[in-house]
Amino acid sequence: MKKGKTTTLKAGTIPVYIVLSLASILSIFPFYWMFVMASQPSAAYNSIPPTLLPGGMLIENFQKVLDTIPFFQAMWNTILLCTTVTLAVLVISSLAGFAFAKFHFPGKNFLFICILLTMVIPPQLGLIPQYYLISQLGWLDTLLGAGVLFLLNPLGIFLMRQYISESVPDELIEAAKLDGCSNFRIYRSIVLPIVKPAFATLGIIVFTLVWGEFLWQFTVLRDPSSYTLQVALASLNNAFRVDFGMLVSGVFWATVPLIVIFLMFNKLFISSITEGSIK
Amino acid sequence: MENAHKQQQRASSAPAAKSSLSEKKKDMISGYLYVAPFFIIFAIIGLYPAAFSIVLAFQDWNGLGQMDFVGLRNFVVVLQDPLFWKSLYNTVIIGLMGTAPQLIVGIILAYFLNMAVIKFTNFFRVTIFMPYITSMVAVALVFGVFFSSNETALANYVLSLFGMDPVNWKTSEWGAKIAISLMVFWRWVGYNTIIYLAGLQSIPKDLYEAATIDGANRVQQFLHITVPLLKPFIILTVFMSTVGALQLFAEPTVFLGGSAFSRDEAMTVVMYLYRDAFNLGSFGTASATAVILLVIIVGATALNTWLTSGLGRKKKRGV
Repeated sequence: MKKGKTTTLKAGTIPVYIVLSLASILSIFPFYWMFVMASQPSAAYNSIPPTLLPGGMLIENFQKVLDTIPFFQAMWNTILLCTTVTLAVLVISSLAGFAFAKFHFPGKNFLFICILLTMVIPPQLGLIPQYYLISQLGWLDTLLGAGVLFLLNPLGIFLMRQYISESVPDELIEAAKLDGCSNFRIYRSIVLPIVKPAFATLGIIVFTLVWGEFLWQFTVLRDPSSYTLQVALASLNNAFRVDFGMLVSGVFWATVPLIVIFLMFNKLFISSITEGSIK
Repeated sequence: MENAHKQQQRASSAPAAKSSLSEKKKDMISGYLYVAPFFIIFAIIGLYPAAFSIVLAFQDWNGLGQMDFVGLRNFVVVLQDPLFWKSLYNTVIIGLMGTAPQLIVGIILAYFLNMAVIKFTNFFRVTIFMPYITSMVAVALVFGVFFSSNETALANYVLSLFGMDPVNWKTSEWGAKIAISLMVFWRWVGYNTIIYLAGLQSIPKDLYEAATIDGANRVQQFLHITVPLLKPFIILTVFMSTVGALQLFAEPTVFLGGSAFSRDEAMTVVMYLYRDAFNLGSFGTASATAVILLVIIVGATALNTWLTSGLGRKKKRGV
């Protein structure tokens, strides 16, 4: 595919390489700079010309982060929240997607259109009653309160319906029924194994969504022990005199796990964007 | 919805009767049962709050005491508040500066990445996409240090290289807007590039070959083949960018930190709403703002989608 016929001269590609390299450098530079600044004392922010090489304060700065916010608690809260929500969304979406793809029931099309419509409601519309509801339930400052909103993922149902109707053959379901399989058994033993690739896509979408979401978590999580990473990091910037070395250190260590996961699964991440938005 | 509930109860209360049910009935029950979890959660945490919000917009309420019906007064209060209009203005300006250039640069980068002669495309793709994986909070904090009001901030150093005076990025009218637009741009441009790239890859190669044989140059090919066929993808990104831009909250809030809700240079509509509800305890006006925002979002996305589809249609006639 890469050897497609072209009429361009090699020399003509040089500007293209320059633009792409520039875009790459500008994309990566903040990551590098984060590493540099996480390892420099705060004084480095006042040097002219700016410091562009790492220093020896990597551990000290992080120690200051640990003294200021419950970093590991927040990391654990975030991982727990993201994992639970992701698993729950996968189950809810695949069940509903299975029903929409393979069963006939009155009102099916109407219900499916309802799901598409829920995608259009901006999340801020219900913010205040949602907050009120969560506080009435006593779920403020809990991961339950922070997570429950993310269980609504219309895109997940949409993706799963698409994937199941394309890749689970009707004959297979018919055959299983003749063998006396219940519908739930069919879901568990036939549908689930087949939809694994779609689970990876949807899983990444949901996980990164919950990981990075701010408004809702910021609204319901007020107690530091319940902080997720985003809320904890944001609180670093609230002091009157912000210690930049510590601030960047916190962001750096919160981002490193994400970078590692991304570099390991970058193909999956990138394909999840196109599959999640285009289908 | 009602049906789903009933069916679920029926199914769980009568498991013994299952075997006598016809295959069709069974499938019907399973169907309702399997979509029920979503709709039950949606009813509680999605539909009810949305409806409650609309009711609240007509009430005076601080979240604790009695609700008083006040008619349209909340809307009048919000629409007469200069700060609301300032926040709407900020949102639109930051939205335009943050997203419009992003979509243009995204198309150019995707076009380059899709050129058959270019090598290392995977490396470029991964690096250009990477900003998207960072959270908005992380981006806002790191850019907050880049664009600190300090004279020695990196952004001010870059300005000084061009002989320009340092800017108070967090407290000046345009400084704050430019810094926030830049962080939105940086985080999302790779995302849109990936979507456009997928669009470009869906265009059959032989179209270009045929055009080349017919003597069309690269620019003509771009305008008459690429843009029209990319139209659905452009509509999608314009739609998502419009919705996202109007909901801007995390970036300015975190970028400005402690002064986020006390200054107006970068206050967005959602920040205005948040401040009303959670800092001032006025749930009624905040809900009115939420309803106004809904109308604005629906209107703006409809307008933008209409404009974008028009753009494609004009081009199509040329083919």
